[in-house]
Amino acid sequence: MISRLLSHDLPNSRALAFILGVLFLALLFAPFWVPSIKALNLAAKVLIFILLVASFDLLLGYTGIVSFAHTMFFGIGAYGVAIATNAWGPSWSAVITGALAALGLSALLALAIALFSLRVRAIFFAMITLAMAAAFQTLASQLSEITGGEDGLNFRLPELLNPSTVWWEGNPFGINFNGKMLTYYLIFVAVLLLFLALLRIVNSPFGSVLKAIRENEFRAEALGYRVVHFRALSSVLSALFATAAGVLLALWLRYNGPDTSLSFEIMLDILLILVIGGMGSMYGSIIGTVIFILAQGYLQDLLRMASGLAKGIPFLPALLSPDRWLLWLGLMFVLAVYFFPQGIVGRLRDKKQ
Amino acid sequence: MSTSTTAPTAATPAVPPAPKRDWIPVLLMPALALLGLPFIADVPVWLTLTLAGLAMGMIIFIIASGLTLVFGLMDVLNFGHGVFIALGAFVATTVFALLGGWVKSPDALTQLAAVFAAMLAAMLLAGAIGLVFERLLVRPVYGLHLKQILITMGGMIIGEELIKVFWGAQQVPLEPPMILRGSLSIGDAGVETYRIFATVIGLLVFASLVWVLSRTKIGLLIRAGVENGEMVESLGYRIRRLFVAVFVAGSALAGLGGVLWGLYQQNVIPQIGSQVNILIFIVIIIGGLGSISGALIGALLVGLLANYAGFLAPKAALFSNIALMVIILVWRPGGLYPVAKR
Repeated sequence: MISRLLSHDLPNSRALAFILGVLFLALLFAPFWVPSIKALNLAAKVLIFILLVASFDLLLGYTGIVSFAHTMFFGIGAYGVAIATNAWGPSWSAVITGALAALGLSALLALAIALFSLRVRAIFFAMITLAMAAAFQTLASQLSEITGGEDGLNFRLPELLNPSTVWWEGNPFGINFNGKMLTYYLIFVAVLLLFLALLRIVNSPFGSVLKAIRENEFRAEALGYRVVHFRALSSVLSALFATAAGVLLALWLRYNGPDTSLSFEIMLDILLILVIGGMGSMYGSIIGTVIFILAQGYLQDLLRMASGLAKGIPFLPALLSPDRWLLWLGLMFVLAVYFFPQGIVGRLRDKKQ
Repeated sequence: MSTSTTAPTAATPAVPPAPKRDWIPVLLMPALALLGLPFIADVPVWLTLTLAGLAMGMIIFIIASGLTLVFGLMDVLNFGHGVFIALGAFVATTVFALLGGWVKSPDALTQLAAVFAAMLAAMLLAGAIGLVFERLLVRPVYGLHLKQILITMGGMIIGEELIKVFWGAQQVPLEPPMILRGSLSIGDAGVETYRIFATVIGLLVFASLVWVLSRTKIGLLIRAGVENGEMVESLGYRIRRLFVAVFVAGSALAGLGGVLWGLYQQNVIPQIGSQVNILIFIVIIIGGLGSISGALIGALLVGLLANYAGFLAPKAALFSNIALMVIILVWRPGGLYPVAKR
C-alpha cells in the first residue's frame, strides 16, 4: 500500500526512512505539539518549501536543466491568489479563479521560455530564465496599481480560513481549533498529494525518459525521443507545481510582495536546499528543506558563539558573523556539488548498498 | 596561388578564402540610433541619450568580453563573473580612500592618476582572484555544463558574502574625482565628462583586444581555440594554459569594468555583480557566445536601448533588453555572430 502510494520509489535506506517517518509525524501533528504561532509558521514554511524544491528537482535533478525562474512561477501563484482576492473580495471563487489563472499563466510562460530557449541551446535556458526572472520581479514591483508594488498586498481569505473563525469551542492544552489550523491542514494535504504526484511523475515512463535525457541527450534523441518536447513538458510541469506552492504560500501568509515570493534570494535558497538535500531524488527536497530551515535558525547561533570566541583575531569574527551564514551554506553547496552530487539522500542510500 | 610569392610564410596558401565579412549586425547599432530619433523627437536629448548609451555599452562590453571568450574557448559558462565586477568596484573604493589626497588634489593629472591606480589595483586583484577561482571552482568541472552552472553560482554566493566580510554589506559611495564630474556641451546636448572618459577607456580596451586577437600569436591561438579547440591541442599547444590566461584576463577586465561601472553609478553595493550579470548574459547571447565583435555590438545595442527605454518608458527598461534578445534570436538563433563550434 505505502509502496504503491510512493510509486515504488521507497526511501531505500533505513536511516532515511526513519527520518522521513519522524518528519511526517512531526508535520502531521505540528499544530498539536507546537501550539505557538511562530513554530506553526515554521512548519508551514517547511511544507511549502518541500513542494517548491521538489518541483525544482523535477527540472534540475531529473531533467538536468537549470532554471533561475522558478521563483517567478512561485510568485505568479502567490500573486494570483493575492490579486484575485484583493479585487473580488474574500470568496472561494476568487481564490480558485486566481489560482487557476496563475496556473494558466505559468504554463504559458514556461512553455514560451522553454520552446524559445531550449530549441536553441540548453545552456541558454539558464541565462534566459535568469533574465526573465529579474525582469518579472521588476515588473511586479512597478505595477503598483495591481500588485501593490514593493509593499505587496494584504488580503482576506474566505471566512473558514480566518484565524478568528473557531470551529470547535474546546481548548484543550491551549490548542486552538481555528481557521489557521484548518489552513495548515489544507496546506499539509495539498503538499502531500502534490508530492506524491511528483513521485508518480518521476517514476513513470515519462520520468525515465527525462532521466535518459539527463544522462545522455544525444542517445535519448537517437532512441527516438524528442528531447525538446520532453524538456519543455518537464519545465511546464515543474512551473505548475511551483505555482501551486505559491498559491499555498499566499493562503498561509494572507500577504504577498516581491520579497516574499519573487526575490532572487529565494531562488538561491531553493538551489542550496536541493543540492545539499540531494538532486534527482524527491526525498532530497524534504531533507534539504529541514536542514536549511534548521541551519537558518541554529547556524546563526553557532556562528554567533564562534565569532565571540574568535574575538581579537583580525577578520575571523567578521567571517564568522551570524549575518554571514549564507557564506558557510554556499561553501557547503560547492563541496556538495563536488564530493556528493547526490546530496545527503544519495549518501544515505549509498550506505545501504 | 601564383601571386602569393611575396606573402610571409605564416599565410599558408592552403587556407580557404576568408568568408565575406558579415556587415548587417554592424549596421544594427546606427539603425537603432536612427530608429530612436523620431520617438524621442528632440535632437539634443536624443544625442545625449545616444552618447550615454554608447558609454554604458562600452562599459558593459569591457565586462562581457572576458566572459564570452571564456565560453567560446572552453565551453565554460561562468555565472560567477559578476563577483569580479563587484570586487573591482570595491577595490576602487579602497584605493580612493587610501589615495584621498590624490582624488581631492586640485591637479587634474593627479586626480586621473588616482583613477588609473584604482583601475590597475582592481585589475590585478580581480585577475589574481580569477586565477584562484579557475583553479578551485572551474577546473574540476570542465565539460560538465550543469555542474559548471551550479559551482560558479556557488562561487558567486561565496564571493558576494566574502565581499560583505571585507567591505561590509551596505552601500559604499564611489564618486569620481572633480575632473570627471560635470558635463561638456556639444551644441545643445550635454555629455557627462565621465561618459566620455568611459568611452575612451572602452575603445582602448576594444582596440587592444582586437590587436591581441588579430595580430599576435596568442590571439591567433585563442581564435583558433574558439573555432576548434581539439585541433589546436593536436597541433601541440596547451589549450588549458591558454584558457587560464584568458580566464585571468577576463576576470581582470571584469574588475576594470567594475571600477567604471561603480564610478558610473557613483556607489557600490555587494549585489552589483549579480545585477550586471543579467545584462552581460543578454549581451553575450545577442552577440553570439564566443564572439568578441558580437559582444561589442550587443553591448552597444543594449546600452542604447536601455537609455532610450529609460527615457521613453522607464517601466519597460528591463523588458526592452529581453525583447531585443528575443528578436535577435528569432532572426539569428545563434546570436549575431554565431561561433561555428557545435
